[in-house]
Amino acid sequence: MTKQLVILSGKGGTGKTTVAAALAHLASQDMPIVLTDADVDAANLELVLDPAKQEEHAFMGGQVALIDPDKCTTCGICAEVCRFDAVHAGDEAYRVDPLACEGCASCFYQCPEEAIRMEEQQAGLWFRSDTRFGPLFHAHLFAAQENSGKLVTLVKQQARLRGLDTGAALVVVDGPPGIGCPVISASAGMDLALHVVEPTVSGVHDLERIMATTDHFGVPSLVLINKADLNPARADEIAAFCAERGVELVGRIPYDTVVTEAMVQGRPVTAYTERPVAQALKETWSRVSARIFPDGADVEEGAASLPSTEGAASLPSTEGAASLPSREGGR
Amino acid sequence: MIITVASGKGGTGKTTVAVSLALSLPPDRQDPAGTSTDEAPSQGRRPSAGPANPLYLDCDVEEPNAALFLRPTIEERREVGQMIPEVDFEKCTYCGRCAEVCQYHAIAVVGEKVLVFPELCHACGSCSLNCPTEAIHEVLDVIGTIERGWAGPVEFAQGTMNVGEPMAVPIIRQLKQWVIPPDPGDRPVILDASPGTACPVVESMRDAGFVLMVTEPTPFGLHDLRLAVQVARDELRLPVGVVVNRDGVGDQGVDEYCATEGIPILMRIPLDRRIAEVYSDGGTLLEALPEYREQFRDMYAAIVRLVAEWKGEDA
Repeated sequence: MTKQLVILSGKGGTGKTTVAAALAHLASQDMPIVLTDADVDAANLELVLDPAKQEEHAFMGGQVALIDPDKCTTCGICAEVCRFDAVHAGDEAYRVDPLACEGCASCFYQCPEEAIRMEEQQAGLWFRSDTRFGPLFHAHLFAAQENSGKLVTLVKQQARLRGLDTGAALVVVDGPPGIGCPVISASAGMDLALHVVEPTVSGVHDLERIMATTDHFGVPSLVLINKADLNPARADEIAAFCAERGVELVGRIPYDTVVTEAMVQGRPVTAYTERPVAQALKETWSRVSARIFPDGADVEEGAASLPSTEGAASLPSTEGAASLPSREGGR
Repeated sequence: MIITVASGKGGTGKTTVAVSLALSLPPDRQDPAGTSTDEAPSQGRRPSAGPANPLYLDCDVEEPNAALFLRPTIEERREVGQMIPEVDFEKCTYCGRCAEVCQYHAIAVVGEKVLVFPELCHACGSCSLNCPTEAIHEVLDVIGTIERGWAGPVEFAQGTMNVGEPMAVPIIRQLKQWVIPPDPGDRPVILDASPGTACPVVESMRDAGFVLMVTEPTPFGLHDLRLAVQVARDELRLPVGVVVNRDGVGDQGVDEYCATEGIPILMRIPLDRRIAEVYSDGGTLLEALPEYREQFRDMYAAIVRLVAEWKGEDA
């Protein structure tokens, strides 16, 4: 069975992508893997992996209302029912601000003249690429678009199907920052979440919130402290917090300017094998690997007789909905 | 003057810059030492909501951090949420019209049951408008809190999303409505945005007069800066400027990009381990490097000029 590991952080810029690329590099030496960049509004993994694009697909992300000026009688009902302040009176007809419109279609249903139609919008692109560590599924959400969670779910599903299809042992998911909708989408169905945290007051604060989020959705946590020597006392505080919560601390990565140099060169930092930071990441991977494959990686299993990824694009994106709590009532 | 501090990439120093800017602007008499502006105001001497007292909004409601540095005294707190449907089963005929009009699959009718999924609901009200038997009314579903108070001379407000909730935008929207006066005039209003370029960032930039991008001179920083500029300048038609943080690491990409695009670089903060160490314990940039206070004031003056120029060109 293909396992799935998501790299998260809560706070942005703590080193998720650097760690994801490093673990992908190390894991790919032991087993076949698939990579996913689930930070679809600021995707950076491709900058380190030099991917060769194999497939490109449009992502239809949602819809916006359009008002036909010839049919509009300027009655104003559309603007009245809009809760997003997206409909405004124009000279001859009402107009919709596509950036403010959330596509709820309330105006579409209320317009007495049937002057409004809903138009599907392309909100981004998603790709399958080849990299030296394995196939990469990644995406670009267009500027100022909604539905990043839906696009995250899509690339994740594609990566997982590819993993199952080819018998990959592991899918490594580089997650988005924060704790909201794209993070929830990235965490759904993961076997393990690795939280990358820096030893700062904000890092500690945000770790508590991201860990509460993954706990809420039933994904077990591991913690990795990045730039641990920047503030050893705070790193110890994080270690104590982890011990208290029964969460394994899988490593302390030292601060090292080679991390930025590696980024500029477009290489994983683990390629600099002689550096302490690379050594620390190697130890981290062996601990993560031991947790995710307690009996050792079985790379043969699950390779055959699974559906190909071709049909996957038509899969419903409501996967997450089934596990969401609902308020139920009835006679 | 509303300034949104954004970045695209996370961890580039948005909060550091926004906090330092807010603390630099009040006149010296309130802070002769230049390092103690984060102390609580003394009893009875409450600052006014005037130009000398910046208003700070932490709009990163998923991971709000500014309070760790500003250490405000919170005076008022509200729960916020959105109006979600509740079905009156005395009136419901299970016709399914609500589920049919809902674009988010947030309400489902299964036999003689109606399921509401609050996490999927956008609170558009379409289900209740379309219900033929008026069986749906709306109730508040709490998704977070908003708070306001003072941090020395700086008026402070923040939103905090409850863990497990997906939607940040309604919290940011209500935070802004609650604390930003209809016409802030020349009072500095500083919004600290979340990373990324998706809907929460757009909501934090909407209605701003200027977007200040904090970036680092690395390939990741540049890549995400481009995307954030697309949102602010190209989509929302707002003037932008850049602060280069950790100047000296990485490469020349950000400088070249800004020169090509005609985007002004308004400040450079060097890569300095002292700043990182002070920050890691909750200290501000002004505590590490007090001489930056003057630079932040100059930057604010430059922003005021850029906005005036932008308006002139627009007219």
